[in-house]
Amino acid sequence: MLLDVYQDVIWWSVGIFVVVEALLLFAVLRFRRRPDDTGMPDQVHGHTALEVGWTLIPAAILFFIAIPTVRTIFLTQRDPPPQADALQVSVVGHQWWWEFQLPELGVVTANELHLPRGRTVLFTLTSADVIHSFWIPRLGGKRDLNPGEENRIWFTPDSIGVYEGQCAEFCGASHANMRMRIFVDEPDAFERWVETLKGPAPIDTTGFTTFLASGCAACHAIAGTPAQGKIGPTLTGVGRRTTIAAGILPNTPEHLANWLRSPDSVKPGALMPDLNMSETRIDTLVTFLYGLQ
Amino acid sequence: MTARAEHHSLYGGGPLSWLTTVDHKRIGVLYGVTALLYFVVGGFEAILIRLQLASPESTVLGAESFNQMFTMHGTTMVFLVLMPLAAALFNFMVPLMIGARDVAFPRLNAFSYWTFLFGSILLNLSLFIGQAPDAGWFGYANLTSKQFSPGMGIDFWVLSLLVMGVASLAAGVNFVVTILNMRAPGMSLMRMPLFVWMALIVQILILLAFPAITVGLVFLLFDRFFGTHFYIPAAGATPLLWQHLFWIFGHPEVYILILPSFGIVSEVLPSFARKPLFGAPFVIFSGILIAFLGFGVWSHHMFASGLGPVPDTAFSLATMLIAIPTGVKIFNWIATLWNGHIVYRTPLYFAVGMVALFIIGGLSGIMHSSPPIDLQQTDTYFVVAHLHYVFFGGTVFGLFAGIYYWWPKITGRLLGERLGTLHFWLMMVGMNLTFFPMHFLGMDGMPRRIYTYAPDMGWDDWNLAATVGAFVIALSVLVFYVNAVKSARSGAPAGPDPWDAATLEWTTSSPPPEYNFAITPVVNSARPFWLHKYGPTRAISTRTREEGTPPQPDAPVETIDLPSPSWWPLVASAGLGILMGGALVGLGVVLLGAAILVVGVFAWALQPLERPGHPAFGPGAPA
Repeated sequence: MLLDVYQDVIWWSVGIFVVVEALLLFAVLRFRRRPDDTGMPDQVHGHTALEVGWTLIPAAILFFIAIPTVRTIFLTQRDPPPQADALQVSVVGHQWWWEFQLPELGVVTANELHLPRGRTVLFTLTSADVIHSFWIPRLGGKRDLNPGEENRIWFTPDSIGVYEGQCAEFCGASHANMRMRIFVDEPDAFERWVETLKGPAPIDTTGFTTFLASGCAACHAIAGTPAQGKIGPTLTGVGRRTTIAAGILPNTPEHLANWLRSPDSVKPGALMPDLNMSETRIDTLVTFLYGLQ
Repeated sequence: MTARAEHHSLYGGGPLSWLTTVDHKRIGVLYGVTALLYFVVGGFEAILIRLQLASPESTVLGAESFNQMFTMHGTTMVFLVLMPLAAALFNFMVPLMIGARDVAFPRLNAFSYWTFLFGSILLNLSLFIGQAPDAGWFGYANLTSKQFSPGMGIDFWVLSLLVMGVASLAAGVNFVVTILNMRAPGMSLMRMPLFVWMALIVQILILLAFPAITVGLVFLLFDRFFGTHFYIPAAGATPLLWQHLFWIFGHPEVYILILPSFGIVSEVLPSFARKPLFGAPFVIFSGILIAFLGFGVWSHHMFASGLGPVPDTAFSLATMLIAIPTGVKIFNWIATLWNGHIVYRTPLYFAVGMVALFIIGGLSGIMHSSPPIDLQQTDTYFVVAHLHYVFFGGTVFGLFAGIYYWWPKITGRLLGERLGTLHFWLMMVGMNLTFFPMHFLGMDGMPRRIYTYAPDMGWDDWNLAATVGAFVIALSVLVFYVNAVKSARSGAPAGPDPWDAATLEWTTSSPPPEYNFAITPVVNSARPFWLHKYGPTRAISTRTREEGTPPQPDAPVETIDLPSPSWWPLVASAGLGILMGGALVGLGVVLLGAAILVVGVFAWALQPLERPGHPAFGPGAPA
């Protein structure tokens, strides 16, 4: 439906473009003054029938664009899917990362979201700070995340794959570094993803002790542990994510260590402070975070 | 009086005379020179942006500098280049085209220019202290709040835009009054040149649109300086308020920027096709309709903000309606060329180029009038492509058509044709190389305003092409400046009417004398000078025989009194600039600025308009 409108309008535009530019070009080339043009061209002031014609024809063409446009607006915006059928996802925009809450499944995650193929997803969008915009180009249009308000957008992903998304409303220094990944899985793979996020966390390790001692828990949460910070992205299952720092770097031990060493040089303006940690401490934390499957 | 001596009388008098001038022509030159200087600044900012984006993960600029550059580039091009460049042509040409000796309020006119200049300087001072505004030219709340933008950049932006808004509003009043009241006898509204018509519409748009952004900016000023909560969501406010106020101004602003070029093209095409404008009344009324509808479409900038299906539908349909009068204009321009004897000169190239490029910008505009499409395209490079086809392809090409067309009238000399043609083709190639690929980038999902992108997105090649194109544009602008300097030094003398044109400004010398016209012309046609040259009767005269009217007596011998130069507009503007800029320094400076402003305004009010002993012109003037 959406694609139909898109293609209709593009073809109308290309057609009009060709006709009008051809007329313009023809007029300029054909009516260039020649050496034998000694007199005056006819001093024509206008032609009412022509004026009426080139008013009505564009109006008629617009009619063909307007009808499917209005139909699509109402089809895609008016009636959200029934609450029971749709997978509810609350998206909270933060400078500069995405928080995804799936309340019915009891799962919270950040920057990478898995969705089951074939089930309609109803996103509820809001922001914790400034205006952001939720956009996964190959899954649907954008919708802003306004602080203090809730917007909604819904779609039904129907092919397995990885879909890149990115904040589309300028939101400050690292707007360019606010990316996300949506993985559309078969329903059983999706269930497994949910289960791993709910699995036990390794809290009896030196890694976790270092995590707490370094103050990470002030901002970050790990489900099932005393670490319940709300300011930064949750680290539940961070070891399984494919990227870190909101989709800007592949999730490797080197990148993770770099990030811990100097967040601001990886993501300018990042709220995560440079904690001046020793290399051994960074190694311990990287190993620990990597173990969070 | 020789052309040389007249040249001296308009532009002579030493540097100080430029500070006190109230002559609309000299003020027009000041606007033009200032805008062309800022064109270099804004262009340099664009080059930096393109250098950063030429390759993925580039480090030419950091994130913060990049955000400052695109903010300054947008703000500079809109408020410091395109608007003042149009103001330059309005100032110089409108009184000449309506047969007047000056604008209605010459000293207010000087005040407008100086206020604009001080506002623009205030904005650019931010670059020198390294704290340029960085929230975009659209400055969306609540990113602009003290919490999320704690530096001084947004303060510079708010204060300078408020100062420049005063300049625009003062000029708006001035030109509306001038055009409505000071037309030569016989010049009815429907005999008024198209450029003057578009000037009138633009000034009315300014008067109606600038109050909205002024209110928005004052709210923001209060939020930042006095701790109010107009845009603070934590206090229950909605940041969407800013978006509405900004775009109620911002969309008419699009027409404020493009209509002057529509006017220029409507003058240039007839002159070089040697025919009248086809369907002139339709072109006029479609301009009025565009301006009127322009106030009813602002939320098409906000389709992604979640207004709901009913507002989306209303704003979408209103936006589509604008395509109709815009199409009417384009068809009338093509019909003007049809069956003409088209003379290929630089102004014509730019005018035709403007029409050709604006068609592309107009069509991509229709595409995102449809919300389902816009929700993909908005905030991507597709919109960057669209807006540059409108503002660069449309406005800049139109303004260059106007500059090449009226340069001989302004300076008395012709611009070089060969350099002009080179300028045109370089700019045409550079413009399309820069901006056309952005359509593809946008459809490929590249968002706007990102300082970096990943190498695996497939965006590298088009971005590199765009950067190369930006340098071609820069080269074309350089060719123009070379042409301008060469013309000023050794250009061929233009004579009063180099294009064999139809309107009143070509009846007087180039450059015109200080008093414009020795005898106020009487007009009985929309093309008075054409009929005067080629018609059955001499159409401009105080003794014109209008059909059915008795011959008029000879014009009385008159002396021409011109308003005397004055320092006070400059002083008042400086006071306003210091007052607003002082907000960044301290209360003492604010009070100093206020005192200067008050002194300036009072002294201005008490100074007589014509000083005794000021030279007068005309048959009765002292020799």
